Amino acid sequence: MPFIPHTEPDIAAMLASIGAPNIDALFDEIPAALRSGKLTQVPEGMNEMQVSRLMHERAALDTPLLNFTGAGAYEHHIPAAVWEIATRGEFYTAYTPYQAEASQGTLQVLYEYQTMIASLTGMDASNASLYDGASALAEAILMAVRAHKSSRRVLLPATVSPLYRSVAQSIVKLQNIELVEIPFDAATGTTDLRALEQHAGSDIAALVIPQPNFFGALEDVDALTAWAHAQNALAIALVNPLSLALLKAPGNWSDTGADIAVGDGQPLGSPLSSGGPYFGFMCCKQALVRQMPGRIIGRTVDLDGKRGFTLTLQAREQHIRRAKATSNICSNQGLMVTAAAIHMALLGVDGLRRAAAASHANTQALTVQASGVHGVRRLFSAPHFHEVVLHLPKSSAAVLASMAEQGVAGGFDLQPHYPQLGNAILVCATETKTNEDLQRYVAALRHAL
Amino acid sequence: MTNPSNLKYTASHEWVKTEADGTISIGITQHAQELLGDMVFVENPAVGRKLKTGEECAVVESVKAAADVYAPVAGVVAAVNSDLDSAPEKINADPYGAWMFKLKPDNAADVNGLMDATAYQKHVDSEAH
Repeated sequence: MPFIPHTEPDIAAMLASIGAPNIDALFDEIPAALRSGKLTQVPEGMNEMQVSRLMHERAALDTPLLNFTGAGAYEHHIPAAVWEIATRGEFYTAYTPYQAEASQGTLQVLYEYQTMIASLTGMDASNASLYDGASALAEAILMAVRAHKSSRRVLLPATVSPLYRSVAQSIVKLQNIELVEIPFDAATGTTDLRALEQHAGSDIAALVIPQPNFFGALEDVDALTAWAHAQNALAIALVNPLSLALLKAPGNWSDTGADIAVGDGQPLGSPLSSGGPYFGFMCCKQALVRQMPGRIIGRTVDLDGKRGFTLTLQAREQHIRRAKATSNICSNQGLMVTAAAIHMALLGVDGLRRAAAASHANTQALTVQASGVHGVRRLFSAPHFHEVVLHLPKSSAAVLASMAEQGVAGGFDLQPHYPQLGNAILVCATETKTNEDLQRYVAALRHAL
Repeated sequence: MTNPSNLKYTASHEWVKTEADGTISIGITQHAQELLGDMVFVENPAVGRKLKTGEECAVVESVKAAADVYAPVAGVVAAVNSDLDSAPEKINADPYGAWMFKLKPDNAADVNGLMDATAYQKHVDSEAH
């Protein structure tokens, strides 16, 4: 049964007012052949009590695993206050504002978020967020090509998440943009600089630089940024926002700084939730701000000189520029960035640094202990943030399945995406893991082998 | 403000002035700036760029709209008015003085095919609704 908050008398009065006999009559110009009629495959509706019971039964089927999987979405502790505040009706039900100036509170939270994320990435400006990290990367590529004005080729290292590369390809392929893959060095697990050098002097709009990369390894971001700028190409930083509490911000890479910084903001207050919602962040240098897609909140003064917030630079957007807009994006992940703003404010610089450092330390400890299991070794020599690649003596898929049966999500299977690595898994231990958890991981791994 | 009689005009509301050195200066008319409102940003073409007649080559952005500016005749961009980078509002204050960019036309005679002040005013009147 649909929930429509109109009573029968309400509906009858409205129909009488416009002179229609019934609701079906409002659709009478749709040819009979196009109407769906009754949807026979859809079961009858349930009432609230029945739905509630069904959900309880389904939820009981979930088997929570001790989670050591990262690969783009990370389990971090989110202080209870974050969602206690973010679920207040004023934040929870507000959509991305269109009569923006009437929603000063919403705009202020978004402005504060923009300020914090720009500060974290060391960039001049931020937008109010995009759908997720993968589409933010695609938008950054589109933005770099627009800004470059000449080339439509973008270099994309194989150390960028295969999922992100697939999304970027889907989004840019119909716009005549070529994504060129740069291989990685099998020893270090980072982008092969000699392979990159082969593109020197060629037609390039931008180089994407992941930090850390998909393997958890740290790239030589200064060298990569300097190389891109030497080619008159833009440097697009693809970063984990929590890692920036410890690592050099993209705005400070090389002397010139990255031009655009994107990534997924999930580590900042978004629960894992079976894959989402998360949010994409995008920041850039001042000179590029008119090429940035999405909503941008600005701070200004009203006629009386009082501070106020507004949607700004809207002439880039499709409701004004139509086909010539910088993007079709006219929305943002308002709720997730509200939570992120609260999360960052509660943790502060110091709290973020401690969470990042503890994640790094736990992954170090896990690596040492797991490498002690016969036949297991760590791949790649480059320093890492909070993920490492372990090579296994048996089928990675089988090992992970066995570990899952023991209640442990042992990692992300790299074999299907990087067959050259063989039986390799990507493992992550965040600040949420205790020594007992690490021991349980090692025991499950040993048992699976 | 009347449309200066020493200028030529396009249907898309650009004005054209032939300079002594054979280049032409281009800006937008009083009518255009009035409709667009307060200017906040001007994006001019790069010097050296070759343009065809009617080719979209610049953008003027106001608080409420962003409008394309078109090359009135074919030519090569010879200069841009960088004053407008920091003071786009000059277009509002002095639309016929605040030139946006200059072209070296492929054929000087092409300018003769554009509207004069009277024809342009008739065009503006016919667009009014």
